[in-house]
Amino acid sequence: MKLFGLSAKDTRFLIIVILLTMFTPILLQPFPEGSALATFNAGYPDLMQRIAIFGIFAIGFNILFGLTGYLSFGHAAFLGIGSYTVVWMYKLLDYNVIWGLPLAVITSGLFALLIGYVSLRRSGIYFSILTLAFAQMSYNLAYSVLTPITNGETGLQVYPSDAQVLMGATEPTSPHLFGIVLRENFWQPTIGGWQFTFNNGYYFTAIIAIVLFYLSLRIFRSPFGLMLRAIKTNQTRLNYTGINTRPYTLAAFVISGMYAGLAGGLMAAMDPLSGAERMQWTASGEVVLMVILGGAGTLMGPVLGAGFIKYLENIFSKINDSILHGWFGALPDGLENFIIGVSHFFVGKSWHLTSGLMFMLVVIFLPGGLVEGGARIRNLFRRGKSPKGADTAHPPAPVANAAEKEEF
Amino acid sequence: MGILEVKGVSKRFGGLQALNDVNLSVKENTVHAIIGPNGAGKSTLLNCFVGKLIPDSGSVMFNGQSVLGRKPHEINQMGIARVFQTPEIFTDLTVMENVMISCFARRDGSFRLHPFETVMHEKDIIEQAEQMLIDVNMIDKREMHAASLSRGDKRRLEMAMCLAQEPKLLLLDEPTAGMARADTNNTIDLLKEIKQKRDITMAIIEHDMHVVFSLAERITVLAQGTPLVEDTPDNIKGHPKVKEAYLGESA
Ligand SMILES: Nc1ncnc2c1ncn2[C@@H]1O[C@H](COP(=O)(O)OP(=O)(O)OP(=O)(O)O)[C@@H](O)[C@H]1O
Ligand SMILES: [Mg+2]
Repeated sequence: MKLFGLSAKDTRFLIIVILLTMFTPILLQPFPEGSALATFNAGYPDLMQRIAIFGIFAIGFNILFGLTGYLSFGHAAFLGIGSYTVVWMYKLLDYNVIWGLPLAVITSGLFALLIGYVSLRRSGIYFSILTLAFAQMSYNLAYSVLTPITNGETGLQVYPSDAQVLMGATEPTSPHLFGIVLRENFWQPTIGGWQFTFNNGYYFTAIIAIVLFYLSLRIFRSPFGLMLRAIKTNQTRLNYTGINTRPYTLAAFVISGMYAGLAGGLMAAMDPLSGAERMQWTASGEVVLMVILGGAGTLMGPVLGAGFIKYLENIFSKINDSILHGWFGALPDGLENFIIGVSHFFVGKSWHLTSGLMFMLVVIFLPGGLVEGGARIRNLFRRGKSPKGADTAHPPAPVANAAEKEEF
Repeated sequence: MGILEVKGVSKRFGGLQALNDVNLSVKENTVHAIIGPNGAGKSTLLNCFVGKLIPDSGSVMFNGQSVLGRKPHEINQMGIARVFQTPEIFTDLTVMENVMISCFARRDGSFRLHPFETVMHEKDIIEQAEQMLIDVNMIDKREMHAASLSRGDKRRLEMAMCLAQEPKLLLLDEPTAGMARADTNNTIDLLKEIKQKRDITMAIIEHDMHVVFSLAERITVLAQGTPLVEDTPDNIKGHPKVKEAYLGESA
């Protein structure tokens, strides 16, 4: 089957992604309520929505970093701009996200055009530093000089005195899409011991994420995507082949900036606030980690990376002493205290250590990220199944090699 | 008037006069060889044609237009393609993708935003690239990563990429270095065949005299940044100055 101009293989892939996204509220809720492992359930709206939003951020970032190899350390600036734009639309018009989100794409796109135009005059580490400098400048401006626009330290939010000229008398007073309130759940069934939550905001974000994933898939398969990959490999050859690489990198930069802006806008759709800290360099660094952890330049990698980091952040940071005692209570006291003492380094406030270790392990042993890990496991199974000697019967064709690297 | 007119080109690197008042005229639809000992300035001269270097003085005119001060991609779009001394290819891409990029560059120019078209659906481009790979005898390697090719194959691939652009002027910097004898002969045949099929001018740098004398119609001998003689292959063979500068040094 072929859909939307995709090959049969890509269509299958897209359908799997759609199914996974649609069933996430069930898939991330594998443990019954009240069981010892229920802490590891992640099927609650706030976390799922955060994963989808950072997934969008990472998918966009991957179009720049994964394809062209240009490593931006300033993409959080676009995240912040998207958020501010959406909150401003709440203040001026009303809480319907339909005004703010498209505008967030436009404003962040324009900013990306400006920042990209200047930063892309350099490559390598100088490019990274330039983007970092721009983002820190934006952060500082948002904090101080631009207080009338950003509300400085307090952060931008909606006040009763705001104009909200489109606000109807019966309209919801939190972000909504034509009356569908995003923070509300539309279905909360309890089946056996399991509890599932189906939330408006999650599905709204998830559908946008799927559309953006599809667009990135199209970009990967397009002549434009081919040029971007060529830039990463050998910019010199491209120039001597008559290609002007600058507009290509700039287009990739702007597209990834727009993805970031939309992600920032969606954060403000979850929670009608925006603060300068959203633009800080740590946020820029986070998306770099996500893409590398998942697998830069692959389609699925950024989403996996975003999911993993957000999961660790939310679940591991939640594990406190009483939960630990609950797990290890049956052990002899000395051992229990020892295990809990060691665990302290990895859970609760120290979850960063866990994510840091994971990141190091992946970069050292799986330079292709989690996606490469997945591919290796798949190959193991395949090899296990194939009859003995099959590997030597066919020469280890580099052809197969090339095809494999193309994987998602 | 040649298709490429080089007048009084000089280039200094610090204390080294790499090119010293070089005059050269390459006639349209000929194969012009530039030979000379190592370090004579041959590659430096080509660098001045493609925008990699700007000479300190002199002029380089292609088809009546100056190339100096233009960016490499602009010069390429004027119709000059170059095979480098150390192969410049897209090592992370497949052989087929390498050639397709050239086809896209020829059809779409230096930039075209086409994010929602699909490479797979570009029938014409695929056909051209496949034909090119058949011409250079590499069609069986189309899905291989360029990085895994042998040195000779990398060179052949780069040549295919340049030829796929159908340039007016093809610059070849030691195209057969690192090739086995059979591949060298194939390359000679390929270049002869291309030459017969369409209008193309070639400037070729080569140390392998078998290649030079099989292909060249004119030969310029360069030594220490200065052209010594320019003549037909037959006259060059016995020229005393050439023996002295070229063979004298290597003998
Ligand atoms: N970018 C550069 N900076 C400094 N010196 C250079 C540069 N490029 C070339 N040279 C020097 O200029 C001289 C001519 O070099 P060039 O590469 O043009 O020689 P060539 O004739 O191509 O030699 P070969 O046959 O070995 O390729 C050499 O002495 C080289 O070291
Ligand atoms: Mg040379």
